[in-house]
Amino acid sequence: MVSQKVKGKPVALDGDRAVAEAIRQMNPDVVAAYPITPQTEIVMRFSEFVANGEVVTEFIPVESEHAAMSACIGASAAGGRAQTATAGAGLAFMWEVLWVASGTRLPIVMHVVNRSLSAPLNIHCDHSDSMGARDAGWIQLYDETVQEAYDNAIQALRIAEHPDIMLPTLHALDGFILGHGVERLELLPDDAVRSFIGIYEPQHPLLDVDHPVTYGPMVLTDYFFEYKRQQAAAMERALEIIPQIGEEYGTFTGRYYGLMEGYRLEDAEFATIALGSTAGTIKTVVDELRDQGVKAGLLKLRCFRPFPATILAEALGDKKAIAVLDRSLSFGAQGGPLFLEVITALFTHGLSPKVLNYAYGLGGRDIVPARIHQVYKDLIEIDREGLTESSIRYLGLRE
Amino acid sequence: MSDLVEIRWHGRGGQGAVTASELLAEAALHEGKYFQAFPDYGPERMGAPIRAYTRISSSPIRQHNQITEPDAVVVLDPTLLGVVDFAEGLEDGGLLLVNTPLSPNELRRELGFDKGRVFTINATRVALDIIKRNITNTPMIGALLRALEVVNRDVVREEIRNRFNTRVSKEVAEANVEAFDRAYTEVREG
Repeated sequence: MVSQKVKGKPVALDGDRAVAEAIRQMNPDVVAAYPITPQTEIVMRFSEFVANGEVVTEFIPVESEHAAMSACIGASAAGGRAQTATAGAGLAFMWEVLWVASGTRLPIVMHVVNRSLSAPLNIHCDHSDSMGARDAGWIQLYDETVQEAYDNAIQALRIAEHPDIMLPTLHALDGFILGHGVERLELLPDDAVRSFIGIYEPQHPLLDVDHPVTYGPMVLTDYFFEYKRQQAAAMERALEIIPQIGEEYGTFTGRYYGLMEGYRLEDAEFATIALGSTAGTIKTVVDELRDQGVKAGLLKLRCFRPFPATILAEALGDKKAIAVLDRSLSFGAQGGPLFLEVITALFTHGLSPKVLNYAYGLGGRDIVPARIHQVYKDLIEIDREGLTESSIRYLGLRE
Repeated sequence: MSDLVEIRWHGRGGQGAVTASELLAEAALHEGKYFQAFPDYGPERMGAPIRAYTRISSSPIRQHNQITEPDAVVVLDPTLLGVVDFAEGLEDGGLLLVNTPLSPNELRRELGFDKGRVFTINATRVALDIIKRNITNTPMIGALLRALEVVNRDVVREEIRNRFNTRVSKEVAEANVEAFDRAYTEVREG
């Protein structure tokens, strides 16, 4: 464990290259990946590190994403540290084996560069891919900046491998916006990262032939249900542990992480909730509104799985009106995935403030400050006049 | 965030617009500033019109939207004239810098653009003379710094030198530095 503050090195990197640096520093035993826009640069950069001998990683250029996750499952069961990266359709193609990774309790780390799902074909950002995996038993973190993409990549490993969790963990960075956006960030020294992640001591490695174990057996009506209950319990425990790891990360980097981040939220009357890079744009709007005397605030959710319902309800309970921004659709549902979680969290905590849902940014549609100003204007209006039209809205749609 | 500068780059795939946006951002890093550099990717093809963006500020930059009202627009390719509306979003205080043999006044007439400040430079000729290739990003950065000193010129020169030294060769690096300096001198305002 690192306890003293270490000096980071300021660099200019895009999100993909920053994640590739984090993987290099973590030096996993196995990386199995298939390139797909806009994740390609991670695989490209990392394979250079492999070719240059900068890591000991066994890099497996697999034939598909299904194979990538399957190879990670094998490597992780064998007792190694395994990682992969993907985007959009690549993540969708992994769907079947995502459940195998979590059900087998393998601490695999995955870097997801968010991309929409076809059709129509689109390479740009939305959260349809990671939201499609929301029930697959993976811990999900979302990154606001390139710095956070780097920091969450490293913390994901510690979260996944924590003995009380042992669940695969992914973090998601918005495709192109962060993936190909060059920003200023601080890279940690290699030894600080290695000291933070420590040496992995797998509890039941398949390759420990003196203590043979079975992975992936058939479990029918007798114990399948109990398996799943244990998985659910591990997710619940992660709510306690993720902030502890974020706190420890802060002690030596100065960058502390929790389950969520409130921005001018405490005394806010009108709040928005968002995931990912849009949170940054909202912060600039919150500042502008505060200058105009509007009590605006933001709740940026870092951790979507497990969903931190209690702290979210506590943070939002006194708000006059709330807007939930969803960068994906759940067709036929009563709102986007984030909206449904927020509504449930509020209801189960006995709260019923006015809440609007905005779908936005699908297929990379830009979200400009003027749109976010409109959201706060709507919130002020429904607070004053009540809800006169649908609470499910589309932001920045050409109509 | 009062000193935030937003720049939009227009070029064709393969001409180095993305590199230009990144190069300026990296120079800003050496000045201890904050920055973003990002492309506007569609289908990536050599020769297709592309856009890239740079934001530079002395304080952290939080917004992640695209740049719709740039402070400066830099056009790397003269053949984009009439193809792309590169004056889009330029306000009265804005700056338009175009690689073209036209004078600033001729360009204004051609575009019907009467706002802001207009700068022109025949960067294609500079590039062909000195770099011996039609890659205009380094001369266009030189011209931009004359119009708007968004980062220190010496820092940018060193950044160009280091980047091309590491990635290509010493000769190419020096040619790019020379083209950068020549364009800085030759750019015209009108």
